[in-house]
Amino acid sequence: MLQVFSFIVRRELRLALRRKGDALNVLVFFVVVASLFPLGVGPEPNQLRAMAAGVVWIAALLAAVLSLPRLFAADYADGTLEQMLVAPQPLIVVVLAKAAAHWLLTGLPLALAAPLIGLQYDLPAGALGVLLASLLIGTPVLSLLGAAGAALTLGVRGGGALLGLLVLPLFVPVLVFGAGAVTATLIGINPSAHLSLLGAFLAVSSLIGPWAACAALRVALD
Amino acid sequence: MIPWFSLLAGMLALAGLYVAFFVAPTDHQQGEAYRIIFLHVPTAWMSMFLYVVMAGWAGIGLALNTRLSGMMASAIAPTGAMFTFLALWSGALWGRPTWGAYWVWDARLTSELVLLFLYLGFIALKSAIPDPVRADRAGAILALVGVVNVPIIYFSVQWWNTLHQGASVSLTRAPSMAATMLLGMLLMALAAWMYSIATALARVRSIILERERDAEWVRLQRAAT
Repeated sequence: MLQVFSFIVRRELRLALRRKGDALNVLVFFVVVASLFPLGVGPEPNQLRAMAAGVVWIAALLAAVLSLPRLFAADYADGTLEQMLVAPQPLIVVVLAKAAAHWLLTGLPLALAAPLIGLQYDLPAGALGVLLASLLIGTPVLSLLGAAGAALTLGVRGGGALLGLLVLPLFVPVLVFGAGAVTATLIGINPSAHLSLLGAFLAVSSLIGPWAACAALRVALD
Repeated sequence: MIPWFSLLAGMLALAGLYVAFFVAPTDHQQGEAYRIIFLHVPTAWMSMFLYVVMAGWAGIGLALNTRLSGMMASAIAPTGAMFTFLALWSGALWGRPTWGAYWVWDARLTSELVLLFLYLGFIALKSAIPDPVRADRAGAILALVGVVNVPIIYFSVQWWNTLHQGASVSLTRAPSMAATMLLGMLLMALAAWMYSIATALARVRSIILERERDAEWVRLQRAAT
């Protein structure tokens, strides 16, 4: 099973490297959105420092939702997805591998870029570290639950916006605790409770997300 | 069945409103403004209950591959969304005179808002997929994933420090509110429940006729009317 997992991950990464623009688009979108907020609300440092956690997290959510439709679309279009469904290898491993590759291509770069955005918002060093940690734990949840959303809206008219509507309410707890961890650090509270709950969501979503995605893929491909 | 449930709903609503406005005493802290509880609590209860029922029907349809279960889930969704909206709206109207704010981002209000989004997402997904069988199954998966939110709403006032008050009514303890107020609330809750059954049955009747429009019995019925 580990072989199947690593094979699919490497395949996804290789395919993505052929179109580097897709992954870079997501990262640039994230940076642009996060940079728009100070232009909209004014550059007052105290205000920006207070909003920073929420803004970075929301930009990460939007960037993730932007990239999710592509998770299954290409394989669906050329029939590879159907082969994956009828193959003897368990579909859930394939879905997990795709979600993992999606995280490596979108979530991980976002998380690594976030401290730079945090500097733009004048976050102190401790808060930057917690921001990085919260995103590192939280973005895999986005990939896992997002895979389920992408599978549900596969080939559906109006897919991108519908995917956002379906998946963003499920991301609300991740947003609340992820941004809450950074805000807690800013006011001097230990963020370990928030980060632990994020870890719990990661554990739960790693079960629910792939299960729902497999069921939805079978529904979509009949 | 629909006329009976509608009649029951109407009578219970009249009884409940009578108790709400003429029998229940004035609250010593909130005055008359508290009376919106007779709309707010039943609609909130129904919003959570209907989501669980909807997810249950959807789950049965997914597991047993029955068409009618998916149709029932589709029929319940708009009523559930309406009750969620009413709960949020009546809560906001209640919050303004008592808390000083129409809206606060505490755990219960936020999770109830998420419930509204889940209902709307369910309705949107079902209407976006043209094939009804695939739409039912996809909606079922979504509904089952979202049912996790209902216990979060229910227990949010215990797990978090919220502005929203805790539970005054419980299955295990005596209620901490006046008997007449409780009676009014229960009557309105039953009225809302009967209303939900009546509208869901009426709606599923339309859905059945629409989906089975090529069937022999439908054509005979249309020819007869």
